[in-house]
Amino acid sequence: MGGHDEIDIQKHVRIYITVFVSLMVLTLVTVAVSTLHLPVHQALMVALLIATIKGSLVACYFMHLISEKKLIYWVMALTVAFFVVLLLVPVFTVHDRIHN
Amino acid sequence: MSAMEIPYTVHERPDTGLTSGKIGIWLFLASEVMLFGALFATYILLRVGAVTWPHGREYLNIRLATINTIVLITSSVTMVMAWASLKRDQFGRYRLYMGLTVLCGLGFLFIKYLEYSHKFETGLYPKTNTFLAIYFTMTALHGLHVLGGMVVNSYFWGPGAKLWQTDKEHFTNRVENAGLFWHFVDLVWIFLFPVLYLL
Amino acid sequence: MGSTDMTNGRTVHAAEHGHDAHHEELGFWRTYVFSTDHKTIGIQYAITGMVFLLFGFCLMMLMRWQLAFPGRAIPLIGRLLGDARAPGGTMLPTFYNELGAMHGTIMVFMGIVPLAVGGFGNFVLPLQIGAPDMSFPRINMASYWFFFLGGVTMFSSFFVTGGAAQSGWTSYTPLADIATTGQTIWILGMVLLITSSLLGAINFITTTIQLRAKGLTFFRFPFFVWSQFVTAFLLLLAFPPLEAAAVLQLMDRVAGTSFFLPSGLVVSGQALQVSGGGNPLLWQHLFWFLAHPEVYVLILPAMGIVAEIIANNTRKPLWGYRSMVYSLIFLGFMSFIVWAHHMFMTGMGTRMASFFQTTTMIISIPSVVILTSLIISLWGGSIRFNTAMLFALAFLPMFGIGGLTGLPLGLNVTDIPLHDTYYVIGHFHYVVAPGTIFALFAGVYYWYPKATGRAMSETLGKWHFWPSLVCMNGVFLPMLFLGLAGVSRRLADGGATYQFAQGALHYNKASSFAAWGLAVAQIPFIVNFFWSLKHGAKTEPNHWHATTLEWAAAPSPPGHGNFKEPPVVTRGPYEYSVPGAATDFTPQNATGSAA
Repeated sequence: MGGHDEIDIQKHVRIYITVFVSLMVLTLVTVAVSTLHLPVHQALMVALLIATIKGSLVACYFMHLISEKKLIYWVMALTVAFFVVLLLVPVFTVHDRIHN
Repeated sequence: MSAMEIPYTVHERPDTGLTSGKIGIWLFLASEVMLFGALFATYILLRVGAVTWPHGREYLNIRLATINTIVLITSSVTMVMAWASLKRDQFGRYRLYMGLTVLCGLGFLFIKYLEYSHKFETGLYPKTNTFLAIYFTMTALHGLHVLGGMVVNSYFWGPGAKLWQTDKEHFTNRVENAGLFWHFVDLVWIFLFPVLYLL
Repeated sequence: MGSTDMTNGRTVHAAEHGHDAHHEELGFWRTYVFSTDHKTIGIQYAITGMVFLLFGFCLMMLMRWQLAFPGRAIPLIGRLLGDARAPGGTMLPTFYNELGAMHGTIMVFMGIVPLAVGGFGNFVLPLQIGAPDMSFPRINMASYWFFFLGGVTMFSSFFVTGGAAQSGWTSYTPLADIATTGQTIWILGMVLLITSSLLGAINFITTTIQLRAKGLTFFRFPFFVWSQFVTAFLLLLAFPPLEAAAVLQLMDRVAGTSFFLPSGLVVSGQALQVSGGGNPLLWQHLFWFLAHPEVYVLILPAMGIVAEIIANNTRKPLWGYRSMVYSLIFLGFMSFIVWAHHMFMTGMGTRMASFFQTTTMIISIPSVVILTSLIISLWGGSIRFNTAMLFALAFLPMFGIGGLTGLPLGLNVTDIPLHDTYYVIGHFHYVVAPGTIFALFAGVYYWYPKATGRAMSETLGKWHFWPSLVCMNGVFLPMLFLGLAGVSRRLADGGATYQFAQGALHYNKASSFAAWGLAVAQIPFIVNFFWSLKHGAKTEPNHWHATTLEWAAAPSPPGHGNFKEPPVVTRGPYEYSVPGAATDFTPQNATGSAA
């Protein structure tokens, strides 16, 4: 059953509940922040920051990535790197034109 | 062909410490990251190039979507609890949690149905403007993934649970892999929700 | 059971070697059609892929008539095409565009990748790593059928009103958004084909990691295994954005969205009734994000095949194996960050253009390392000039030319006059046609004895090789000159109406005659392929006296489960001519020290 054989499932369950509560709180925080009507750039930064934290909690604890084998971790890290490239490079080509 | 025992399907390979199913599902998730990545890139490029871009609240129901976010996060914790129950040999608990997971999924889709039908009633379609185009496309693709996940989870709640009688370890691993997919679906929504609704 | 047949189900070949005595007899359909055995699936992929390659080649031969003799009726078959495509036998420009778009699509997605990855990858990889099959045999079967369905879908698009897709294999928007129905079918076909590749990629990666034999560490892999492994990652991570883009284009075409339609677009004098606000360049980014790694998908398996054949037929280890592997990995990584060198002419600013130019120049380094290592591997070898080796050797200079001609395209200043000219077509065809396809031919001649237990005729092989080599150069070398003269690609008359092109038009005729000659040169191959099934010389299991497991440890053809018992690997993949050994090759699973 993998690396969880020796680990106390009870301890894991406590972590799951903690993560669940954190996710709820962060959800309410992100909605609350949106009511502040921050300027777009700030709103974007805050929203992405909170989403990244929430996403990391899901990935690390619900998906067990934090205790997963290195192989899986590095494949996903590589994927995220390409994900970021795909997200940012096209808009850089447009911005580059605008500012040139 | 039939009856060939492929190694490391149920048990981990000693040197990698992984089952083939786990590697397979993570690889699939990697491809899904790139799929949704393309759509997020689309959102960025369209928004940056737009003369004006509406705030989410102008078209979308933030309250319903917040409820949906809570529903999906709940379904994620019930999913992982379902797997944990199997690890603790508590099949009854497993069925309870997995059932809750499926119900939450249904709830999510129902709320989405409410959102969509309201839009269509007020004459808002994907073709109306690029904001709605990307909103509908991203949430619909996500919704299809929710549906797919629900079908798989329902199978493991229902007929697929027979495997627990003959091979507990195999069944537990399969539920874990289904869980990985389900958590991913939650993860995508965690980013979709603020991007589409709150910015 | 236990047999693998070459004709996709129509004839049965008795080959009961390595038979698992305990498995039950499956019916005809489960054995030959809906098989989960990687060898059968590999052969299905290979045959289907070769049929599509032939079909795509035929489409091009029609185009070559129009390019050599613009406006003249096509002999014999012109009338059969019907008035919608070729009234009076003379090809309409719209039909020329269909042929062009579908030739590219079919060759890349339905021909080469299925043969190189689906065919060779499926058949050889599990054998070379000592595995009984793939990790997910049923997903493997599903991946073939998705491919088959995608191929049928694509083929069917020729028969709808308005014809097949005709906006280039690149389907640039906004043209593709407003094109005829065939484009929608193209999109649906692509979704099926992409699904096939994704399923296959997951299988290949998992299998390579999990099912390799005991003792087979990563740096003992044959180079072919590494090439398929890296290719699988390219497919896995690069295809999904195109799948997303295809969905978006489908939405534009069917749901009235404007993902790729800019505001104020006017078509045939009328403003398009859409919301606008879209970006045509978005399509190009998403398309090329896939399509650049895709060209490495086209070349990496070929390099893998050539490496195996060179090591085997020089009776020497590959020179620089480790550098070659590191180059493969580096190449795979870099391939994700060069894509906009296909977009230098889209108005990018100099900063991003320089970024892509730089990454493009850097990516040429690992290719050169691999090519140079293969060339140096020949030095001091006892070379056996069988047909497989001839094709593998020819790959080297042909790929060299292809790669070198890519350099001025990767530098954005020299790309300005060359972009979208015949020079580009010449460049990429050199890499893919006398490059990859030659490597694939080499692979067929090399692994045919493993799949069938018989060797192909060497005489017919030579008749296939030499005219093909000459004709390939005859087709594509003139294109380089045509492009340098400034003639654009995708012109239905080959540039005949342009004043400046008049002095270069004879190149079109030269390419066309060479192309028809190339067609004739394939006849010995087709004859050889089928004739040898029944009449080829029967071979021993390790026909080539090779070191790798598919030859050294499995029968020809291998039975269900491949190996009598799982092989144990004790050494690297290319222990040829080991000093002091009894024979000039020491298999990977040889026991004991060199005797």
